[in-house]
Amino acid sequence: MIEVKNLTKKFGSTISLDNISIEFNKNDSIALMGANGAGKTTLIRSILGYYHPDSGSVLVNGLDPIKERQDVLKNISFVPQLPPPIKLSIDELIQYIEVSANVKRERILHYANEMKLDIKSNIKKSFFKLSGGMKQKLLISISLAQESSIIIFDEPTANLDPKARDDFYRLLEGKQQDRILLFVTHRLEEVESLVNREVYMDMGKVITDEKL
Amino acid sequence: MKNLRLIAFLDLKESIRAKWFLVYSLVFGGLIALFFIAGVTESQVMGFSGLSRLLLMYIQITIIILPIFILITTVRSISGDRDNHILEYMLSFPISLKEYYWGKVIGRFITVYLPVVFAMIIAIIYGAFKGAEIPWAIFFLYTGLLFALSSAFLGIAFFISSFVKSSEVALGIAFFIWIFLLAFIDIALIALMMQQRFNEELIITIALLNPMEIFRVAAISLFDPELTVMGPVAFYILDTISQTLFVLLSIVYPIVVGLMFAFLGFKIFTKKDLV
Repeated sequence: MIEVKNLTKKFGSTISLDNISIEFNKNDSIALMGANGAGKTTLIRSILGYYHPDSGSVLVNGLDPIKERQDVLKNISFVPQLPPPIKLSIDELIQYIEVSANVKRERILHYANEMKLDIKSNIKKSFFKLSGGMKQKLLISISLAQESSIIIFDEPTANLDPKARDDFYRLLEGKQQDRILLFVTHRLEEVESLVNREVYMDMGKVITDEKL
Repeated sequence: MKNLRLIAFLDLKESIRAKWFLVYSLVFGGLIALFFIAGVTESQVMGFSGLSRLLLMYIQITIIILPIFILITTVRSISGDRDNHILEYMLSFPISLKEYYWGKVIGRFITVYLPVVFAMIIAIIYGAFKGAEIPWAIFFLYTGLLFALSSAFLGIAFFISSFVKSSEVALGIAFFIWIFLLAFIDIALIALMMQQRFNEELIITIALLNPMEIFRVAAISLFDPELTVMGPVAFYILDTISQTLFVLLSIVYPIVVGLMFAFLGFKIFTKKDLV
């Protein structure tokens, strides 16, 4: 369970999150929407423990994501909007995840295969040299292999072709059970079949929060 | 602990593949090669010759270029990762900030220290092969001094990297620090003394605070018993403190400076927003 209580986050004079309170519970599959600058990414980064709030609190399964980041992040998978230009080879990146998150390499390879990503012939290649779609497929495969109870996708299909999007949605079918799935998206229609809750943010506030 | 080793190992592998590392290694290895080709070992200046002279020349150039190399290659380590969102992804895994930060420090230290020492080792091996006498005391002193100087500037670089948001600004600060410390070795200090704007104690204090000056004085101190090439501040220091004590200070002090800055950087890294 994620509990955000009276959270305010400012960057200089800009208020990115304005005293918001929201809860995400098990079996929630949420489409988090809003215009650019609405505060969606700031909310996600606060859940991941990247930001120190100006006021208010975030608790993930009752734990503070800043003070107890390792225990919190053991239960979270995250796919960013744009794959970062990581210089590690795919092999090294997988090794990093194997050791730090205790994820079996076979699980990553399994999901990569399901996403039609040929890892074996690219295993020594630097991650940043892969195409945008390949990078995104790998990050999605890693997130699914983690088997976390909270999965956060920030515009995960932005770089994917229609076939890969279908694979992604297919793999997510049935993953909602006993989990929190949080999709940051501008296109509700893309995740409509997967979500059961729709949250709309604007100017750092939650404007609407509806069960579907 | 396993995460610390992992981060250090992966940072080391990543750095070794980078183009800057190739240039870095070529510069220091190339210097040694150039000295041999130029016949430095056969020349004799101010009473020292052979491998001793070669090592002295190597260390004098290293004083100038090693700090800036370390600063510009390391200062972007964390700020660069923050800049291009690598940190956002890599820290989404259950890894402690302590392991991430110190793992990066260790990995980067090995990367910057080894080529500089390897270049000296190559010189020693080649010198021995040519039948030259090996100046072991100087070799071990320089290995320690290079360790200390690398620690100091690596710590400063990580400190800058921890609070600067853009890697361009980080580079600018790094360059300024290098120029500033370089100016405060004897050349600028002599000017200050001549102008008599500051008293001698202050000038000596400034010199002793500067890891580059300490490194320079310690590196030359074994060579020049008459202290003729050392400059007035170096003369004053060695006249006041015994040589052994000063050599010890010149190794311990920069390591303490490096650790202190690295620790401050770590504190900032954990207290500030991560991305």
